[in-house]
Amino acid sequence: MATLNVLILVCLLYVVFLFAIAFAADRAARRGRGTWLRSPVIYTLSLSIYCTAWTFYGAVGSAARSGLEYLTIYLGPTLVMIGWWWTLRKMVRVGRSQRITSVADLISSRYGKSNLLAVFVTVLAVIGTTPYIALQLQSVTLSFATFAASDPTTTDLPNQQATALWVALGLAVFTILFGTRNLDANERHHGVVMAIALEAVVKLAALLAVGVFVVWGLGGGIGATLDRIDASPISTWEQSGSRWVGLTMLSAAAFLCLPRMFQVMVVENEDEGHLRTAAWAFPGYLMLMSLFVVPIAAVGLDVLPEGANPDLFVLTLPLQEGRDWLAILSFIGGFSSATSMVIVAAIALSTMVSNHVVMPVWLHMSGGTAVMSGDVRNVALLARRLSIGGIVLLGYLYFRLSGGGTALAAIGLVSFAGVAQFLPALMGGLFWRAANRTGALAGLGVGFLVWLYCLFLPSFGPSAILPQSVFDHGLFGQGWLRPQALFGAEGMDPLVHAVMWSMLLNTVVFVLVSLISFPRPVERLQGAQFVNVFEHSGTTPGWSGGLARSEDLMIMSQRIMGAREAQALFAAAARNQGLGGYLPEPTPDFLQELERALSGSVGAATAHAMISQIVGGATVSVEDLLAVADETAQIMEYSSRLEAKTQEQERTARQLREANRKLTQLSVQKDAFLSQISHELRTPMTSIRAFSEILRDSDGLDGAEKSKYAAIIHDEAIRLTRLLDDLLDLSVLENGQVVLNRQSGRLSDLLDRAVAAAGGSSGDFEIVRDRSAEDVMLMTDLDRLAQVFINLISNARKYCDAERPALSIRPKREGGDVVIDFVDNGSGIPTDQQSVIFEKFSRIGETKAGGAGLGLAICREIMARLGGTIAYLPGQSGAAFRVTLPDVAATPRSVPA
Amino acid sequence: MEKRVLLIEDEPNIIEAISFILSRDGWDVKTHSNGHDAMEAVRGRQPDLVILDVMLPGRSGFDILQDIRSDAEFASVPVLMLTARGQEKDREMAERSGASRYMTKPFSNAEVLDAVRSMVAS
Repeated sequence: MATLNVLILVCLLYVVFLFAIAFAADRAARRGRGTWLRSPVIYTLSLSIYCTAWTFYGAVGSAARSGLEYLTIYLGPTLVMIGWWWTLRKMVRVGRSQRITSVADLISSRYGKSNLLAVFVTVLAVIGTTPYIALQLQSVTLSFATFAASDPTTTDLPNQQATALWVALGLAVFTILFGTRNLDANERHHGVVMAIALEAVVKLAALLAVGVFVVWGLGGGIGATLDRIDASPISTWEQSGSRWVGLTMLSAAAFLCLPRMFQVMVVENEDEGHLRTAAWAFPGYLMLMSLFVVPIAAVGLDVLPEGANPDLFVLTLPLQEGRDWLAILSFIGGFSSATSMVIVAAIALSTMVSNHVVMPVWLHMSGGTAVMSGDVRNVALLARRLSIGGIVLLGYLYFRLSGGGTALAAIGLVSFAGVAQFLPALMGGLFWRAANRTGALAGLGVGFLVWLYCLFLPSFGPSAILPQSVFDHGLFGQGWLRPQALFGAEGMDPLVHAVMWSMLLNTVVFVLVSLISFPRPVERLQGAQFVNVFEHSGTTPGWSGGLARSEDLMIMSQRIMGAREAQALFAAAARNQGLGGYLPEPTPDFLQELERALSGSVGAATAHAMISQIVGGATVSVEDLLAVADETAQIMEYSSRLEAKTQEQERTARQLREANRKLTQLSVQKDAFLSQISHELRTPMTSIRAFSEILRDSDGLDGAEKSKYAAIIHDEAIRLTRLLDDLLDLSVLENGQVVLNRQSGRLSDLLDRAVAAAGGSSGDFEIVRDRSAEDVMLMTDLDRLAQVFINLISNARKYCDAERPALSIRPKREGGDVVIDFVDNGSGIPTDQQSVIFEKFSRIGETKAGGAGLGLAICREIMARLGGTIAYLPGQSGAAFRVTLPDVAATPRSVPA
Repeated sequence: MEKRVLLIEDEPNIIEAISFILSRDGWDVKTHSNGHDAMEAVRGRQPDLVILDVMLPGRSGFDILQDIRSDAEFASVPVLMLTARGQEKDREMAERSGASRYMTKPFSNAEVLDAVRSMVAS
């Protein structure tokens, strides 16, 4: 009977089969086939990694030693699955919307992407998981040794540690091979999931087969087996209520917090709807797993010799009865339980270690320039592979150092209690907005210390690490610090005691510190994202992308995600923005999307850090911005998308207000203008009408009166005509419709013409000219320029209030320009009026000279058309106007018609 | 007895026309042609009626009207306002400021006479 050799052969074949299955599933998924890979059944089966070798073998052992206590380990997850289904759903939703890679990532991400918190959780998880991995190795080697011992052909027992080493190596290879194919931890590991689903079926089948054999093969049917159970010490076992409740709660907490459970439940989750199936199917699986535990234990206690290890009844019962194939199946079942746990735990932990410890350190060491220093993708993959190796190695070392002794048996619950410390921060993060980073750190810290002191260190036994005196008299001789009677709580079960104090203190400290400390803006935003994940799945605090350079981001992303994925992502984003090619604008939306995509590969905190290196100071500016906008933070928190919309609306409203203001202004100007024109037209019409009625209706007017009134009518009619002419002229000039008729001419000739037209120089209005300075050739619209001169001369004639009014015309060259000053000897224009004289309808003083106040406005328009200016020249002997013409030499010779 | 009318208007031709019309109707017409000291002219003249242009140099007709109305002595003196700006809001403003009548230029002479007569009679 070559049992051992057969076992080894079967074992190897099984492993090869697992590799093949994983490989095939990976291939199918890669080619987009195999929708059954994403079925809820596979999801449910993958959850069964909860049932490790510890439960496969240990449940029977536990039942033999402590009665129905083993049920608590199944009861906790069942309660969570059924009663807390909505919590799981929330966790899965958050995990998917934030592209969470691990439980450490979730906690870190929730509390402001704090890497410190992530490192802390990672370390705790490693400490909590390492003994558990050791436990799996132990179970495999132990069961192997059992086989060997029962095999008469074996001459010498295999070296247990060598077995453990081979198993560890194999697991590491498998995990690296199928666990790090994709860098993006968010992409499902189809091969791994498929393999563990298969293992789930195998271990259930094995346990059921052994159970059926025990009940019907050994126990003699159901009735007889029940009798045996009644007769066995199991039926008389007294169950401590507090331990029962404590263990149920502990396993429930562990189910939520265990890194490997998080991995299969959240990270590998394909579809939120799968939870619905798992909610009843997984408890069903657990029920089947526990169905035959008690019969096996009872029959084992009855049949096997005194002192046989009840932890191995599942294996030793078939062996004892010579059922080698059943024993092999049982061994494979235990082997499956152990390996699936180690694989998933190693993937989960390696993601945490590489994302939160290795990558940040590497980024820091490489000067923080992810863009410049080589291939981040390779570094991340290498980090993850090394982490897997390291974690499995740690488990192996722990197994070797602890000597594989019985101390390991209790370590399952100790591990549970360790990772259960995440629970307050995790649940608080999902349901309590006020929970913050400081609180989470403090609570975790306190819980961890209490767990370490009350459970983990004592678990090595008295005097192993903690001296006996500490157990008896407390730390530093303080009685209330005894590790198993903290604060004088004596007589409790050590496990329940430790769980109670650690969780209680953890929760209390977490809540209190959260209440008294103030969250950073990023935490507030993340808090809102997590707690209200169902209201708005999607957005995380934004980047201001102004400084980001798309190309640098692309270079970095290619290195992390791989060129094809990165290019696809960038091209899609560019398309969404309506751009061609591969480089989208670095908008906040895009940066957020990119950060989330990257965080799937390297974790939220690292992705955030990497993008902020390129975006440059955006972290600071976003936080500053948020800090400043603290009052409005509540609105901003509610939804940054809503905020964007509000901003958009505000911008539109601002534009509308501006447009409205302009329209109103225009309307006011138009009203004022119409009102002015009305006034200017109605005034002469009033005189015309009044005097024509007088002429018509009044009798006895003498000839002088008649001719006087007729003259008034005539003057006013001319005034009206002139006003209309001016208005039309101004309108043409203002609309730019005027056609300039450029001609060449001498300034002196032009001035002669203007003076003559304006009434000439005479005794009562002298015009002083400087003939020599007037010898300048001009190239411009001479008629328009003359119009300006005439206006200025007439104004001087009309308004100069000197006793002997005189106007001096002084041309000169200034630079290339021709400057002509018109200065009279009157009192000039008051300073406060100088600015308005060029406006339409502005008239100075009370003098009524029949002007409509359009003359200077027309002059200004003409000069603007000619490329020159007209301005009032203050500080002269009287009213002074300066006309400036641009460089005449530069005036083009070619003249438009 | 001749009724005294004070015409406050800055357009010389219009002053001449209104003076002519009212004088021939037997009114004692005095004129004033700027806004600055129009109120002093009112006090000095003690008119039975004021004809007030809106656009005056120095001071708006509305301001002058307010001064007249806030002086107890002239609070009930009839004031005929003239304006060359034919907009509705000017009419409203005139009524608010306490004008007895409001007339838009150009007006017919008969219209002015009717208005002036009826205002003093009432």
